[in-house]
Amino acid sequence: MSSEVLIEVSHLVKQYDENAVISDLSLTVHKGEVVVIVGPSGCGKSTLLRCMNGLEPIQGGSVTFRGESVDGSSKSVGRIRQKVGMVFQNYELFPHKTVLENILLAPLKVQKRARAEAEAEALELLKRVGLPDKRDSYPRQLSGGQKQRVAIVRALMMHPEVILFDEVTAALDPEMVREVLVVMLELAKQGLTMVIVTHEMSFAKAAADRVIFIDDGGIVEEGTPEAFFEHPSTERAQRFLNTFTYEKILK
Amino acid sequence: MQALGIDVLFKGINMQRLLGGLWVSLRISLISVAISIALGLVIGVVMTGKQPVVRFLTRLYLEIVRFMPQMVLLFIVFFGTTRVFGWNVEAETASIIVFSFWGTAEMSDLVRGALISIPRHQYESAEALGMTRLQLYRYIIVPQTLRRLIPLSINLVTRMIKTTSLVMMIGVVEVLKVGQQIIEANRKSSPNAAFGVYAAVFLLYFIACWPISMFSKYLERKWAA
Repeated sequence: MSSEVLIEVSHLVKQYDENAVISDLSLTVHKGEVVVIVGPSGCGKSTLLRCMNGLEPIQGGSVTFRGESVDGSSKSVGRIRQKVGMVFQNYELFPHKTVLENILLAPLKVQKRARAEAEAEALELLKRVGLPDKRDSYPRQLSGGQKQRVAIVRALMMHPEVILFDEVTAALDPEMVREVLVVMLELAKQGLTMVIVTHEMSFAKAAADRVIFIDDGGIVEEGTPEAFFEHPSTERAQRFLNTFTYEKILK
Repeated sequence: MQALGIDVLFKGINMQRLLGGLWVSLRISLISVAISIALGLVIGVVMTGKQPVVRFLTRLYLEIVRFMPQMVLLFIVFFGTTRVFGWNVEAETASIIVFSFWGTAEMSDLVRGALISIPRHQYESAEALGMTRLQLYRYIIVPQTLRRLIPLSINLVTRMIKTTSLVMMIGVVEVLKVGQQIIEANRKSSPNAAFGVYAAVFLLYFIACWPISMFSKYLERKWAA
């Protein structure tokens, strides 16, 4: 991890109509860092992620990538989004395109790369996520876990500096969660900068350099995974972590 | 042959006349279909907007068309306007106006439905890949919309072709009217002509519509595979 700042969220305010979803939240993501954001449903963690690549208009504060403002309505946002990849909960592959076409569309059309070179990279990445034989399949022929791995490859193909993962395993059957998380751990090990919203606490523990706990639209606690999971300092975080264990109820 | 009245079809230029009638039917429906698709695409896109006045007007248009029998509409445009506004609309033009008015409404509703059936996340995942608005529509939204739209609009086309049989009521000599004329003209020599001629008319409609419907089935299978 270096001290180079990639994403800087400062005093962010996000409202839907009159309801504040995020109020005065600040967060910095450094190059090479894996930041895992956890928190109860509806706490604003997915919204925060969506603000980081301009999918949500913001009402106050600022979000910057390498010092450049991230604004979904500006012309430059397309360029920033190539650097800030995103993987969604419901994969959102393009159903009318094959796996390979899904992966190659943006590199060829947005980045204007040469087909031969991009295709070679795509096949290499598919192999790495364990899907070398799926290049010509359509998304509907894949399982959820396979779709999500293709979605990750699609994001990787843009050579982003950071990838945002928005509850990417939440829609998967339990036995498919692992195959996706293994791919993500692999990426973390290679030094990819990642911001991950997840409910998988054991994964958070394994992958995170820093855990951020959000509740009611603000950061309640942040720290190393060891500190956060073993000795949460706030009572809210303790209560939240208790919802993942059942020992207390059984006793 | 005599008993079924099929012989009439082969007398003189009767078959040729029937085919000519079919051409009139097809001409009216195809011109109307072309207009309906063009206008329907535009109005369908407009209907997905949030403007309340526009929404109300398009809604009203749709409801009017939905509940108005096409024949009444034909009578209004052909007979009604002549006296009240002094317009001298030709029967075939009146037919095209009515069928386009009807087809545009149905088509725009189909376009609207196909557009709103594309999940919001499809837009977002394309945006997240850095696509411009134009790229997003060109590569993601329009192809998916067309796939949903084509089988539905082909169904509309066959319905429009069939419904052109109504235009004989305002004096357009299309395939059904030609059939009637042939039956009338041969009433003495072939009293059973009604069966043979109408069966032939039915067959002609079938030949016109069936390939279109098969094509739609083919597309559906191709895209669902």
